[in-house]
Amino acid sequence: MTADVLKAAIAFFVAVVLQATIVSSITVAGGKADLVLVTLAAVALLRGSIFGAVAGFYAGFLLDAANLDTLGVSSLLLSLAGYWIGRYGETTGRDRAHAPLVSIAVVTVLYAFASIALHAMLGESVSVQGALRSLPAQILLNLLLTVPVYALMRRMFASGQRLPVKDVEFG
Amino acid sequence: MRLAALGSTVQRAASPAHPSSRSAGVLRRRLVVGALVVVSIAMLTVYFREADSGPMHSIQGAVASVLRPFQVGAERVARPFRDAYGWSADLVHARSENEKLRKDLRLLRLQAIQNQSAAQENADLRKALTYISGATFPRDYDGIVASVTSYATGEWEQSLVISAGRGNGVSVDDPVLSTDGYLVGQVTKVTRSSSEVTLLTDSTSSVTARDATTGTIGVLEVGEGPDRPFELNRVPKEKIVRKGDMVVTAGRRFSRLGSMFPRGIPIGSVKGHTQSDIENFQQIQVDPFVDFSSLDTLVVLVPKEPQRPGP
Repeated sequence: MTADVLKAAIAFFVAVVLQATIVSSITVAGGKADLVLVTLAAVALLRGSIFGAVAGFYAGFLLDAANLDTLGVSSLLLSLAGYWIGRYGETTGRDRAHAPLVSIAVVTVLYAFASIALHAMLGESVSVQGALRSLPAQILLNLLLTVPVYALMRRMFASGQRLPVKDVEFG
Repeated sequence: MRLAALGSTVQRAASPAHPSSRSAGVLRRRLVVGALVVVSIAMLTVYFREADSGPMHSIQGAVASVLRPFQVGAERVARPFRDAYGWSADLVHARSENEKLRKDLRLLRLQAIQNQSAAQENADLRKALTYISGATFPRDYDGIVASVTSYATGEWEQSLVISAGRGNGVSVDDPVLSTDGYLVGQVTKVTRSSSEVTLLTDSTSSVTARDATTGTIGVLEVGEGPDRPFELNRVPKEKIVRKGDMVVTAGRRFSRLGSMFPRGIPIGSVKGHTQSDIENFQQIQVDPFVDFSSLDTLVVLVPKEPQRPGP
């Protein structure tokens, strides 16, 4: 468990640095990929809802610090996103190959609307039209990122999920 | 029976669900999420209500300082690839741009000669009148060059973070330019070692701008539409604005709108203008000189004199 926490801490630190520095500077068809959200989806699916929620809080805190945004906004949204994806993984999405893709497509849309609502509540100027325009491209970019990121995260967190066959008894 | 197959693995068998352990798990899960939500909202509230020197801002500044070396490192690794992409993209337009630039150069040479004599005449007349002017750009400002360390994630958030902060002399409201000397935005948040720059493309930004050729003044704001061109608003119909005119900062407020930037910072050129019978003002589209999607290094203008220009 401690090893997984350490791995997740490093993974999200790297994801936030890459997101803030490189990924956010690349706009394709009006949309930007969200590496942090994709990493969170992969980790939450692999490690469950509680781990996903805590990881989301940590990633959100780092993201808000890196972008000098209002502290707590991304933490709140990513905690809920991590929890929701984790629950989906624990229940409906268990053992389904398409679970990462479905969850990232859904959570990208929900995250975008929740983010608009929260920023509007804080009195910031938000453009629903602009967000809607960029949403299809963002979903597509996130889906493209999901495949390699999920594979990497599964490799990173694989040891906690499986046991050697010699320790398993049948009959 | 005990089976062994070395080198292969198998999924762990699901543990039998026990009603009491299941309900404890549900309770634990809800408690954790509830606590995280409450802490997030508390953080948000405190951050929102406190001053820029408050504890949450200090924590943010400290974490940003820890992240900064990694961001600078990542930026350095990514820069060659970004430059290569930009170089390839530029190559496509190079021929047509070359012709246009040669044409512009001929015109600008003529204008430079005229401007030189006009500037000399202006200086002589100011001296004769003992004319006292406000802070002028670039003479009365120092430039602090800083690299971009972070880009906003959301489509509606048109801001970025640079690697210079309070410790380098940067203050809130300082104008920010590209390395070519074109207006990019202004500083809206400062920590000890980094600052947030809100770009002109943000819907909250507005600048009092002037047609450098005709002297017509309006308020430059970002427009609607997919490519979000700029619009010079509140320009009465009778005022003259021509296509291709350079638009620069006016250096004063327009009514209650706009921000205080030094006079004469280039922003863009007039792309076109339209007017309808029912509107009192013209709609003027302005093409910015800056490519806001590829900003790597910026210059923050800091007044040389401690007294800052007032509204």
